[in-house]
Amino acid sequence: MPEVLMNGNSAIAEAAIRAGCQCYFGYPITPQNELSEYMALNLSRRKGCSFVQAESELAAINMVYGASAAGVRVMTSSSSPGISLKQEGISYLAANELPCVIVNMSRGGPGLGSISAAQSDYFQATRGGGHGDYRTIVLAPSSVPELAEFTHRAFDLADKYLVPVMILGDGMLGQMMEPVAFHHEAPEVFSVRSRSLRGAKGRPSRIFKTFTSKPAELEELNWSLFRRYQLIQKEETTSEAFLTDDARLIIVAFGIAARIARGAIKTVRAEGLKVGMLRPITLWPFPTEAVKEAAKKTKQFLVFEMNMGQMVDDVKLALEGKGKVSFYGRPGGVIPTPSEVARVISRIYVQEGLT
Amino acid sequence: MKKVYTRPKSLKPAVFHYCPGCGHSIVHRLIAEVIDELGIQEKVVGVPPPGCSVFAYHYFDVDMLESAHGRGAAVATGMKRANPDCIVFTYQGDGDLAAIGTAETVHAANRGERITAIFINNAVYGMTGGQMAPTTLLEQKTTTTPYGRDLKVEGYPIRMSEIIALTRGAVYVERTAVNSPANIRKTKKAIKKAFQTQIDGLGFALVEVLSPCPTNWKMTPRESWQWIDDVMSKEFPLGLIKDETGNKNAG
Repeated sequence: MPEVLMNGNSAIAEAAIRAGCQCYFGYPITPQNELSEYMALNLSRRKGCSFVQAESELAAINMVYGASAAGVRVMTSSSSPGISLKQEGISYLAANELPCVIVNMSRGGPGLGSISAAQSDYFQATRGGGHGDYRTIVLAPSSVPELAEFTHRAFDLADKYLVPVMILGDGMLGQMMEPVAFHHEAPEVFSVRSRSLRGAKGRPSRIFKTFTSKPAELEELNWSLFRRYQLIQKEETTSEAFLTDDARLIIVAFGIAARIARGAIKTVRAEGLKVGMLRPITLWPFPTEAVKEAAKKTKQFLVFEMNMGQMVDDVKLALEGKGKVSFYGRPGGVIPTPSEVARVISRIYVQEGLT
Repeated sequence: MKKVYTRPKSLKPAVFHYCPGCGHSIVHRLIAEVIDELGIQEKVVGVPPPGCSVFAYHYFDVDMLESAHGRGAAVATGMKRANPDCIVFTYQGDGDLAAIGTAETVHAANRGERITAIFINNAVYGMTGGQMAPTTLLEQKTTTTPYGRDLKVEGYPIRMSEIIALTRGAVYVERTAVNSPANIRKTKKAIKKAFQTQIDGLGFALVEVLSPCPTNWKMTPRESWQWIDDVMSKEFPLGLIKDETGNKNAG
């Protein structure tokens, strides 16, 4: 299929339909409305599919829970304040081992915040977000083609590991337009997961539940989930290295911040500064080993995020003290330019005596 | 020998954990009888709530999906939308359906979701130990209204069925009780009609059941039956609230 020019939100929706998403439940919030609107236009009338504009994000995520239990591919999307509301349902989905895809086109916070792009939901996304011991896989795309590609991957990962998968984008990725090609055709016939509740026909009745009055039984569930999480950490951790081979300073940035950092690195490289970037693609599982590996070449790291410093904690945990970590962040929905980040890089490069 | 009474197929051979005199056991049995009689056991998915009936999934021999508190109508919506062939019922208490889950219930009803809601109103939060429910009566004492529910402080008991009946997507709403053999028979008829409404694809159906909670009402089972007649049904009048099924005799 030839490339088409699309905004990020619509690209996710199109990719989801092509990945066999059968149900979409959402509630309006800026800056992700194009996603819901695309689904209303293109998914709602498809055979076997359903679109509901829910009465709240709470209702939407619980519809996701019901549809996932019925064994179909299902997704929801929102932005930061709405994602906070969804946390109850995400916890239940994780506990009941129900796959789904959740998109967070995040915006500035806390509170109602701003509608401009921010990365301040990193902690919420990577620590589970709701109550209880669980994690969700978190993918961080940095372009519209990646939004499409990662959406497909998100559905596959969710089904493979029976976990909720979050795509953590931001308002800028959702709104900006780029050429994108879709490499899958939407299925004609939908498959249903065998682990589902569709009525006990020809088999004993099933229960999907999370409550137990026996702590030891719940501990067993916790252990079983964490064994799976360990497997995910082993198998699915992804990151991208950019010009790291000779780098004396390595930028660590994800999502749209990595895109900005890439421009900044090109600028400083032209001035002879040996700077590279490590870009986590899965935020959970975090690419700890890749950070450790990078620390074999240089001890100097600069973490750049569009928040007050969240992923920087994971970088420090990965380094275990074996590297020096600087941080530069712009919160609140402020989007720094590549030249601003280039100036920061240059200053740190000089201050740390890397010239 | 002719068998005149037996455990419904849609109930597992389990012992209910409910208190003596509790209405849950009766309503569970009625739902199971209805599922048997309609021949839909293989298509049913039940959505039980947190609360005293959280273990309902241990009793019904149908697929069961635990819901978060109050979200039953949303969960059932997702289930039914993903698989319109299944028959979905929620089983919800007064705190669940009429307090924390008000929005989900009203909007599922308004959308005319083809689901069946069984609403147990016992005017109290049972499992958590007898706190005030949205349906607690004026002057009724609970652990959080120790001096009696005061209109000026806690407001009026909420008549959720009447609210639901105002939504145009709700096609069948009836309030019944399980405090006498006659009322139990009426409750079964209403439950059957609520399932039939879904089978016929007509819209949202809700049956509110006034149900005794002798433990938290601090009454004997016999007194609790009497209290439903003398006090509770004055606030929550029994009978048909709305029927737009065009099927007046079903059930």
